[in-house]
Amino acid sequence: MPGLLWLIPAVPLASFLALALVGSRVPPRIVSLLGVGAIAASTAVTLAEAAAFLGTPPEGGAWVEPLWRWIDVDGFRPMMALRLDALSLVMSLVVTFVSLVIHLYSVGYMAGDEGYARFFAYMNLFVASMATLVLADDLLLLFLGWEGVGLCSYLLIGFWYRDPENGAAARKAFLVTRVGDTALSVALLLLFTRLGTLQIHGLMSRAVRDWPSGSALPVLAAALILGGAVGKSAQLPLQVWLPDAMAGPTPSSALIHAATMVTAGVYLVARTHLLFQLAPPVMLVVAVVGGVTLLLAGCSALVQHDIKRILAYSTVSQIGYMFLACGVGAWSAAIFHLVTHAFFKALLFMSAGVVIQAMHEEHDIFRMGGLRRPLPAAFWGFLIGGASLAGLPVVTAGFYSKGLIVYSAWAGPGGAPLLWLASVVGALLTSLYIFRLIFVVFGGSSRTIAVEVAKRPDWTELTSMGVLAALSVLGGLLYLPPWLGDHPLLGRFLERTLPAPSRVVAGLSELGSEGVVTLAFAIGLLLAWWLYRVRRPLPVALAGKVGRALHRFWFEDWGFDLAYQWILVRPFIRMALANKDDMVDQFYRFVGWGTVRLHQAAARSETGRVRFYAGGIVLGSVLLLFLVVLFR
Amino acid sequence: MATIPLEHSLVLAGVLFGLGTLGLLVRRNLVVVLMSIEVMLNAAGLAFVAAGARFGEPDGQVFFLLVLAVAAAEVAVGLALLLALRHKMDTLDADAASAMRG
Repeated sequence: MPGLLWLIPAVPLASFLALALVGSRVPPRIVSLLGVGAIAASTAVTLAEAAAFLGTPPEGGAWVEPLWRWIDVDGFRPMMALRLDALSLVMSLVVTFVSLVIHLYSVGYMAGDEGYARFFAYMNLFVASMATLVLADDLLLLFLGWEGVGLCSYLLIGFWYRDPENGAAARKAFLVTRVGDTALSVALLLLFTRLGTLQIHGLMSRAVRDWPSGSALPVLAAALILGGAVGKSAQLPLQVWLPDAMAGPTPSSALIHAATMVTAGVYLVARTHLLFQLAPPVMLVVAVVGGVTLLLAGCSALVQHDIKRILAYSTVSQIGYMFLACGVGAWSAAIFHLVTHAFFKALLFMSAGVVIQAMHEEHDIFRMGGLRRPLPAAFWGFLIGGASLAGLPVVTAGFYSKGLIVYSAWAGPGGAPLLWLASVVGALLTSLYIFRLIFVVFGGSSRTIAVEVAKRPDWTELTSMGVLAALSVLGGLLYLPPWLGDHPLLGRFLERTLPAPSRVVAGLSELGSEGVVTLAFAIGLLLAWWLYRVRRPLPVALAGKVGRALHRFWFEDWGFDLAYQWILVRPFIRMALANKDDMVDQFYRFVGWGTVRLHQAAARSETGRVRFYAGGIVLGSVLLLFLVVLFR
Repeated sequence: MATIPLEHSLVLAGVLFGLGTLGLLVRRNLVVVLMSIEVMLNAAGLAFVAAGARFGEPDGQVFFLLVLAVAAAEVAVGLALLLALRHKMDTLDADAASAMRG
């Protein structure tokens, strides 16, 4: 059904315009109707497209819908064109559907906020940008969506702009991702000057035709694209912005900073996978960045106090898994984890939002406790989402997606035992930090002072949490492993766009690998149980001198923030202060000073006395006569 | 008729011009300054006439007439300025009118 694709980004965009222009003047009921309705329409179009796509698979595996020629300057002729293939279909389904659920949740969550209409306007703009990013047929259009989601991220982090800290967090997110975006734009320039087009399909086929594998150009281009992906997806070394981005409203954290935008980097790498396959060293870097990030962020998540920061580090860690999967060439595993992660992480954020609102905007988990009875919805949301995140065997979606990545880390084309080990340790950390959170927040009896619930979730929040909870469990059916009937629906489907997972013989079977993951899950769960339920004071006792130092080090995200502060921010500020009066100006200021001095000297000869002037004339005449006589 | 050599006339003109210049530079009374300028003008006129006589040409005397006219105009303007200064500053000291200094 080509011809209607443009509706997917256009409807939310129209709704954004309407809300931005008149949103503050219409009642909230209309705002929610417009904001949620636009996303619902977008989702409906996506579903219809999906049905049509599955019913009559297009030739060449993709529908391209050209809209208009964007620019036509001296051979640079990018099209406004949308492309629907297996990858972008899966992505747009996830994006629109999760957006719909989160928009519904926001109706309850943001009720009564003075920026209600503004919030929905930003969120709709975000969905429009994200759909553009996902559906773009041209890297330039993708870049437009890429910058659009960055803008919405900035706007939503600083949504409660009266608190300067939120503004600082928003600026930090914007500036740090800008580092990556610069790399990406350089990559676009490089690709265009070398290959003469930015249309993704043409670009990839030309790259495969013209560039030998492993030569300098594809390596450089892939590395620059990776730079962009790393910035947007908060991977090492640009991960510092995501934890601070939690300053925004919780639904936006769920949508932008967990489910969709931050996974755009993974999508970009998968979209340009042919280029990455031409650059084996960069593939290795992708895998290593993913592996290291998932470990580092997992450790940081272990020691945080802020409920949303724990989830933020968890997001960084899970995206690390996706990068790892991309790096070892298990593309569909990465996308599978992206999908399930969108479900369970959005669920976790929604539950966290319920907890936060019930506790009078309290974020510190150690000031909570015993919330299982007062907040059953949040408890079950956390339990199901957490189980899926940690990979509770067989029944949760996270188990299948993570298991597939862990197995591919060894068995994939670029796999290695060390990467496998990192992902297993990461699984243990995941299980430990998420159950630590659950035990601390919901465990314990009425040990705390009588919990007074400030706000209970309404039906919109409960419905959306229920839907995502169901998906967090059932999402695994998309990609069942060989030992469970072998129905890799998603994998088969994605094979139309992404290369099929080619397996090399690993040191262990898929079932064995998943057994190890299960073991890691169980150890993490039991450890969390022992540390935070059986002997609660133990974490404090454990923190000896070394433990405390390590705790602090992890709490401050391995000193990255501090390092950037010392290496980049401080010197920059110092330079800015030194250059406050503009050093280049010193030269011109000297010229001006010299002119003024000369003028003053000349002015001194203007005595105003007639006889002095006459003397000057006489002296001059004599001098001239003398010269004439001398040089005649 | 014994002719006066040109050199003598020119030396006299030079001496007169030098005396006029000296007066212009050293005297502060503006009347005397104007007189010194007259002397310088007449020194130049003398040189013209002497040279005209030496070469038997009327041009020297024609030029002297021109110098006379210029001197008359100069004196008219100079005396008017001098009167104005006298009204304004109540003095004829050239150094008193030095308000236009840089």
